[in-house]
Amino acid sequence: MADIDQTALLQFLLRMGDNTLILGHRVSEWCGKAPVLEEDIALANTALDLIGQTQLWLGYAAEVEGKGQTADDLAFLRDAWDFRNVLLVELPNGDFGQTLMRQFFFDAWSSILMPRLANSADPRIAEIAEKAAKEVAYHVERSADTVVGLGDGTEESHKRMQAALDYLYPYVGEFFLSDDGDAALAAAGIAPDPASLRAEYDAFVERVMARATLTLPEDRFAHSGGRNGRMHTEHLGHILTQMQWLQRAYPGNTW
Amino acid sequence: MSSVTPGELPDSEGKGKSPRHEWPLWEVFIRGQHGLNHRHVGSLHAPDAEMAIKNARDVYTRRNEGVSIWVVESRHISATAPGEKGPLFEPSESKIYRHPTFYDIPDDVGHM
Repeated sequence: MADIDQTALLQFLLRMGDNTLILGHRVSEWCGKAPVLEEDIALANTALDLIGQTQLWLGYAAEVEGKGQTADDLAFLRDAWDFRNVLLVELPNGDFGQTLMRQFFFDAWSSILMPRLANSADPRIAEIAEKAAKEVAYHVERSADTVVGLGDGTEESHKRMQAALDYLYPYVGEFFLSDDGDAALAAAGIAPDPASLRAEYDAFVERVMARATLTLPEDRFAHSGGRNGRMHTEHLGHILTQMQWLQRAYPGNTW
Repeated sequence: MSSVTPGELPDSEGKGKSPRHEWPLWEVFIRGQHGLNHRHVGSLHAPDAEMAIKNARDVYTRRNEGVSIWVVESRHISATAPGEKGPLFEPSESKIYRHPTFYDIPDDVGHM
């Protein structure tokens, strides 16, 4: 493959791995304090699945980069401006409803993308996606059901879910932004053009929100800057402070 | 003969307290990798049957324990009353002839 493709490929893998790393860390923040025991365990399972996917994506990214780094190095030794996750996944958990709304937006995207990546011309990507697809299929069923249950629930839960939807929706559009690297990967059959997922995504989200009796904002304005590294929210730095401090304070420490 | 319903929610009506807004309790049964029968593994709370199955998947099968899950709301289970243990179960203690251990089984029968 040409050099330009390797750059685009690395960028793609970092985006995939950083999404699951940051969201996995966010979801893990619920561990031990979710509203009920069953949800606590379910969220921890989801977080672990996401961190597991991170190991695969960043492991491959480190190989493609070819500088002798590992997935751990990429996770724990990069600074905020090196991260390529979408802004949505670094947003604070808020209440349980906001966490599940964010989770649904991510799961819905992931559940549409993974089956397509499973047919990637890059066998490594196809292999990772095939494994992730099964986990994601369960995640999205669970988060969609919870969004419906809380949206079409009590007056209080409905109000909170509508507020979560209004707050998070402007961050959804970033999933579907495409750049030259995406175009190169799409042309090579390695990954679909992000924009090509939007119609299926919108139809899916509209269906779930209708069942949840929630109203999608009409405005399609999209915050961006995460997946291209231009500018993250203030929240990412705080996540990294907590996530990376041990490796920063005690370099190379293991247990 | 009387029976009890162990999973019944406490009756809080008429005691000056508001009713409990807690998810109902469900009993979980799982068929293991090689087992033929679903076995009771524990209980959990969930708002409905579908969520009970999802919660059971997350709570009880995360270490690859099962291939099939049943859930039933605990209040639908009727059980023998502990106080009747004597009349119900003790009479069979003295009737060892009910165990089919007095037969010679021909070798040709093989494993039974």
